[in-house]
Amino acid sequence: MTSVALRSRAWKLLELVTTPLLPSDYLDLVSPLRAGADLRGRIEAIHPETGDAATVVIKPGRGWRGHVAGQYIRVGIDVDGVRLWRAYSVTSPTSRADGRITITVKAIPDGKVSNHLVRKARPGTVIHLDQATGEFVLPKTRPAKVLFLTAGSGITPAMGMLRDTRLADVVMIHSAPRKQDVIFRNDLHDLVADKALRLLELHTDTDGMLDVARLQDLVPDWAERETWACGPAGLLDAAEEHWARHGVSERLHTERFRPSVVVAGDGGEVTFGKTGKTVEADGATPLLDVGEGAGVLMPSGCRMGICFGCVTPLKSGAVRDLRTGEITEAENGVLVQTCVSAAAGPCELER
Amino acid sequence: MTAIDPTAHLTDEQIEELGRELDAIRDEVIASRGEKDAAYIRKVISVQRRLELTSRGILLFSIFPPAWLIGTAGLSVAKILENMEIGHNVLHGQWDWMRDPKIHSTTWEWDHVSPAEQWKHSHNQLHHTYTNVIGKDNDLGYGIMRVDEDQKWHPMHLGQPLWNFINACFFEYGIAAYDLELGKNLHKRRRNNPEFRARAKAVGRKIRKQVLKDYVIHPLLSGPSFLTTLAATFTANLVRNLWSHSVIMCGHFPEGVAVFERRSIKGETRGQWYLRQMMGSANISGSKAMHIMTGNLSHQIEHHLFPDLPSNRYAEVAVKVKALFEKYELDYVSGPLPKQVFSAWHKVFRLSLPNKKVKQTPKKTEKELVAA
Ligand code: FES
Repeated sequence: MTSVALRSRAWKLLELVTTPLLPSDYLDLVSPLRAGADLRGRIEAIHPETGDAATVVIKPGRGWRGHVAGQYIRVGIDVDGVRLWRAYSVTSPTSRADGRITITVKAIPDGKVSNHLVRKARPGTVIHLDQATGEFVLPKTRPAKVLFLTAGSGITPAMGMLRDTRLADVVMIHSAPRKQDVIFRNDLHDLVADKALRLLELHTDTDGMLDVARLQDLVPDWAERETWACGPAGLLDAAEEHWARHGVSERLHTERFRPSVVVAGDGGEVTFGKTGKTVEADGATPLLDVGEGAGVLMPSGCRMGICFGCVTPLKSGAVRDLRTGEITEAENGVLVQTCVSAAAGPCELER
Repeated sequence: MTAIDPTAHLTDEQIEELGRELDAIRDEVIASRGEKDAAYIRKVISVQRRLELTSRGILLFSIFPPAWLIGTAGLSVAKILENMEIGHNVLHGQWDWMRDPKIHSTTWEWDHVSPAEQWKHSHNQLHHTYTNVIGKDNDLGYGIMRVDEDQKWHPMHLGQPLWNFINACFFEYGIAAYDLELGKNLHKRRRNNPEFRARAKAVGRKIRKQVLKDYVIHPLLSGPSFLTTLAATFTANLVRNLWSHSVIMCGHFPEGVAVFERRSIKGETRGQWYLRQMMGSANISGSKAMHIMTGNLSHQIEHHLFPDLPSNRYAEVAVKVKALFEKYELDYVSGPLPKQVFSAWHKVFRLSLPNKKVKQTPKKTEKELVAA
């Protein structure tokens, strides 16, 4: 018998010992970062970068497969007891000797996770991770000329790349409200002093927003440069349009982190993903009734919010709890009780 | 329905007002759920797992009597915690709000022969929706006992103290049979229903795994301590069964708890539903340790009003709920465990005989109720 087969036998036996739990449920108590566990990480330190941004140093679990500069990871952290997931670019170089990774987080107004990470999280906390992913990376053969067009926390993936690879000719246009808001400002100026970077730093509070039409003046050879742009949607929209107008779209790479913000309304179009049905619903009818009305097979039980027999994954949009008025937005793994929830704007259920 | 209606003095408006006040209590807890609550359940789970592991470890040497005693006691406590404070409450969705897929009503499986999925249906859905409605809530006597004077007496009921005792010893199997609605489904015509067969299969699988673990694998691992470990796990299961049966009997059986007619719940309003939960449940008083060991089902009244609130919050909720009982002049049935267990058993014995053979419990007049 091969050792793999032997191991899986042994594991099966162990499962008999621990049933109805799994051996991993016990191992997680003592060694949450071991090989074979769900991917987790431990926060080892949190360094402030600016008044509202901080770099989080994470020791990833043994299952971590590494990243490519520019990629992001999804981080799951418990905020006020509720597990929330957000995506952050990895800002450490791939060559970091101690195997730690860093993410750099800017606290956005009302951002539950970002504020928690910047102001409240403590070293020692175990967090949940997904493997690194994303196409916002440098190609294997490094382009001769590079332009980074970044704003605010959009600097983070670019910094990940700059720290990872020394590029021959690289220009960065970075916008932030004020000098003290520029994340990694010292590191950037070190790179400039090293002649590893040409930096155009824009303080939008005094200089105004970057007008993409001015690009020609700022970086005359912009159209020849392979460009990576990351920042607020306005900036990216303008860039995409500009590059398209000049017929060089293929040179522009963009990364958008915050997908369309959910606007909670009152009622809306409800889509049942699996059955492919879509119906209009008002803000007072339970989604269970909406689904049944549309002929979708919905799990149900007490129909009054106590048995949890109707929980269904919410794939997108938002719903309102008819008892408390509380809004729940779709996120990975979020289930809602359809018998006491109504559409709060367009939403999709997995049924 | 036996005594005079203990809620007769309330007007419809008062009942709806009572419902609103209870909703407000619920909202308050929901709005303040957070880190502390999450830390609580994680702690209980961690303590339970460590206790179970340690006890099973000690039982490897159960051939030595002190090891047997300590290991058996530890395993009994671990099993009780697992079923009551953790399993029962997680399966109620009390911790779903944490969005931790590992502590979630849709993924949790417990140390019990009834698969979580089936138990959720018969318990969360049927029992909690139709609490104490004769004919709809089978938890009332589990279909094997007469629990109210108004139920017709049958000579078979003479044996009910015995059935109840056997049921207590093998409670988890009783629950599994009950979740399967075995009595009803064993009839020839229903037996071959594919849906029933699938559920029966699931129970069979679960029983096989549980039995294999407790009565084969762990004893085998103990080598020379095979027999003593076997006896230890059997004892732990017995203790857990007797304990949970007692706690659960105290929830709806003691004297003073009301049962309802099927007709009475037609078109029930939210306020009336709440009122039925209040009159149909009873509490156990005691220390904090006592509450944890009962899975906070010692706060049965609060649990029935708000089955999905985290169990660690019932104690604080109880203060407010009790005040409402007083305000609306209702009887808050509560007492220490021995008293409630005795009361429930007394009822089992009393109702095993036909009505005229026993002295009826003196019925309280409305005046007495108000004064109580
Ligand atoms: S059907 Fe029971 S909670 Fe929704």
